[in-house]
Amino acid sequence: MNPTTSRIQVRPATEREGRKDYIRIQNYGFWYSEKKALDAISLDVPERQVVAFIGPSGCGKSTLLRNLNRMNDLIDGIRHEGDITIAGRSIYDPNLEVISLRRRVGMVFQKSNPFPKSIYENVVYALRVMGVTNRATLDEACETSLRKSALWDEVKDRLNESALGLSGGQMQRLCIARAIANRPEILLMDEPCSALDPIATGKIEELIHELKEQFTIVIVTHSMQQAARVSDRTAFFYLGKLIEYDTTEKIFMNPSQAQTEAYISGRFG
Amino acid sequence: MSQSSADTLTPKGESWVWFTSLGLIVGLVMVVGLLSLVLLNGFSVFWAPQVPTVQLKDNSTIVGQLVQRRVRPGSPALNPIYERQYQVGLRELNGFSYIWKDEGDIVKEFFNPETMGLERVENGPAFVTPVAIIDSQGRRISAKDSEFKVILQKELSHAAGVRDQVHEISRGKIGDVNRELEALRIELRRAEDKGLPTEEIQGKVAQLDKQFAELKSQAEQMSAQGSKAKLIAHDASGKDVQLAFSTLIRAWTPNQMSFFERIELLFNRLGEFIFDEPREANTEGGLMPAIFGTLVMTVFMSLMVTPFGVITAIYLREYAQDGPILRTVRICVNNLAGVPSIVFGVFGLGFFVYVLGGSIDQLFYSDQLKYNNNTPVFGTGGLLWCSLTLALMTLPVVIVATEEALSAVPRGMREASLAAGASKWQTIRDILLPASAPGILTGVILAMARGAGEVAPLMLVGVVKLAPTLPLDTMAPFLHMDRKFMHLGFHIYDLGFQSPDSDAARPMVFATTLLLIVLVVCLNLGAITIRNRLRAKFKGASF
Repeated sequence: MNPTTSRIQVRPATEREGRKDYIRIQNYGFWYSEKKALDAISLDVPERQVVAFIGPSGCGKSTLLRNLNRMNDLIDGIRHEGDITIAGRSIYDPNLEVISLRRRVGMVFQKSNPFPKSIYENVVYALRVMGVTNRATLDEACETSLRKSALWDEVKDRLNESALGLSGGQMQRLCIARAIANRPEILLMDEPCSALDPIATGKIEELIHELKEQFTIVIVTHSMQQAARVSDRTAFFYLGKLIEYDTTEKIFMNPSQAQTEAYISGRFG
Repeated sequence: MSQSSADTLTPKGESWVWFTSLGLIVGLVMVVGLLSLVLLNGFSVFWAPQVPTVQLKDNSTIVGQLVQRRVRPGSPALNPIYERQYQVGLRELNGFSYIWKDEGDIVKEFFNPETMGLERVENGPAFVTPVAIIDSQGRRISAKDSEFKVILQKELSHAAGVRDQVHEISRGKIGDVNRELEALRIELRRAEDKGLPTEEIQGKVAQLDKQFAELKSQAEQMSAQGSKAKLIAHDASGKDVQLAFSTLIRAWTPNQMSFFERIELLFNRLGEFIFDEPREANTEGGLMPAIFGTLVMTVFMSLMVTPFGVITAIYLREYAQDGPILRTVRICVNNLAGVPSIVFGVFGLGFFVYVLGGSIDQLFYSDQLKYNNNTPVFGTGGLLWCSLTLALMTLPVVIVATEEALSAVPRGMREASLAAGASKWQTIRDILLPASAPGILTGVILAMARGAGEVAPLMLVGVVKLAPTLPLDTMAPFLHMDRKFMHLGFHIYDLGFQSPDSDAARPMVFATTLLLIVLVVCLNLGAITIRNRLRAKFKGASF
């Protein structure tokens, strides 16, 4: 076995009750104008598990993630083929409003992007735009989400202060709190720790473990150690193609594809 | 080759640093020059210098304030003859207020401590030697009397009090009665036209007429009483002049005053300049109506242009499909900023005043038109049309600034909001607009600065030389958007080019310019303060 691979500690996959094909990506292709970014991707994400997307820059993993809540709709000239279903329903269903899709699929971005509002307003934003005005409901949601994102003890005394005064790690956890405040079913994380120090990263990884009790999590990461530590299943992408998708243990200990092995052992060229 | 260039010791960039800073230097010099010119000339309105008594070769004497000294036009270049301009005042006696004298004609110049400067309600200032006062009780107090100064101030303030009362009656009360009469006459004509009974209205009119006459006689009586006190003085040639206190505003002894007394007088005059109404074809008195008009107009312009511009920019930036049409529209909007302002004035007159205002009159004020000699209400220039015209003129500034501000909002914030399930409009309202508020305000500041100083279009759509009433008063509906108003920029033009007494008007031109600059700076400072507060809210953002 490769020495690099053996250093990576893999957490054994948790098997839970739930749909095995909660998110089903079927033969999915995607174009930015003329450039093909994704090519015939097919994979299933089981309910309440963590799936990591890994691969070199430009391999399409972020593109795929951002298509799960149709964030790429903002870009002009995009086009897709194939289909993505969540709990059996296509996200491209013309009867499904993109807003309601995004309410079910929360997202955390690479750069923490809190709004220039108070911590409280940041967390309850998703509820506010849903039209919730009941103060008690908002307060409760705020506390629950902040507790879940392990930020409550640090900010409970300054909920009305600007979110921009938080540290980088706190901001990212705030963004997680914001993403889970309206209780989505799925949480997408686009390299959530790439701008954080190891301690903050550790906290967020702990958080991911706790969150997967309730949410189905798809995480894009450049750190293979992170993928190994947090995910149950891992998908390796290269040049817009899905090279290998299996349990994390299998991918890191015994990959079936040569490219996968080359990538995770750092011998990629 | 690279070797040789590396070897030269002459610094490569330095000369260009100097070259590029040249533009800044020229700009700074111009700004400083402009400000000091305006400051110096403007403050001469308020400063009281010493007033010399000048004896001339022909044995005549003049007493007056030195205004300027120059080479006499047409005098030989090698051996120039200088001449001096004095403001001698007493226009009603001399027939002139300013006079030029060759320096060669001056025999002696000295400062008579007794010389007194007088500011008057009409005919400009006077420089005299006081002899005595006949006070309200008919007593005569000699200038040598120790009481003289006290009595002088007492009579001046008494006269000022009477003037204020008369003013209140003639402007305030008689004005109110006049407006009511006006309205009743229209009603009367309508009643006659429709064959309705007119007795009641006629009764009211008679009552008001009576009231009017009473007030008028009251005012006349008051001013007659106030004018009993007189100041007896000698003019420059020693002739007796009698000046009624009712025509005097303030008196000072320019050759005796200490520096602090001069400063006090300066602030006194400055206060009058800012808070009083103009006199003497605008060459004296204050600028209150013009300051007020400029402020109100600028505020309304901002209130109109900001929402309109922001909404337009939101559509252009957030909703409109990118393509040739959008690009053309954007170019047109940008070019609109370069259209000469007078063009907007013509548009304002042709569209706002004649078309819009005319239609409003036809729809809502047809009675007034019919029974009031076709006097238009909104179909003529006014505050509303001025604000609208300038709002239109400054619209591109706000649109461009808002578009820039919207596009400068970090993509992450937009995505975060959308990912949280917000609709596009919610994202714009809750995230984009607050985040781009400082940028939008920058645009509004620029628009205000441009609008407040604009004159040309306003001349066509409602600014006048002298407006009898402010656009804001105690009569319902309190804010009269149809009224014409005074404006500092136009005031400067009017003083500089339309004044019957250009010598008297010149210092006022500078003083008014100074005031306009101060006003624009104040408006901008206000907006900048708001902007900085907003900016502080976004400080520390990690994007």
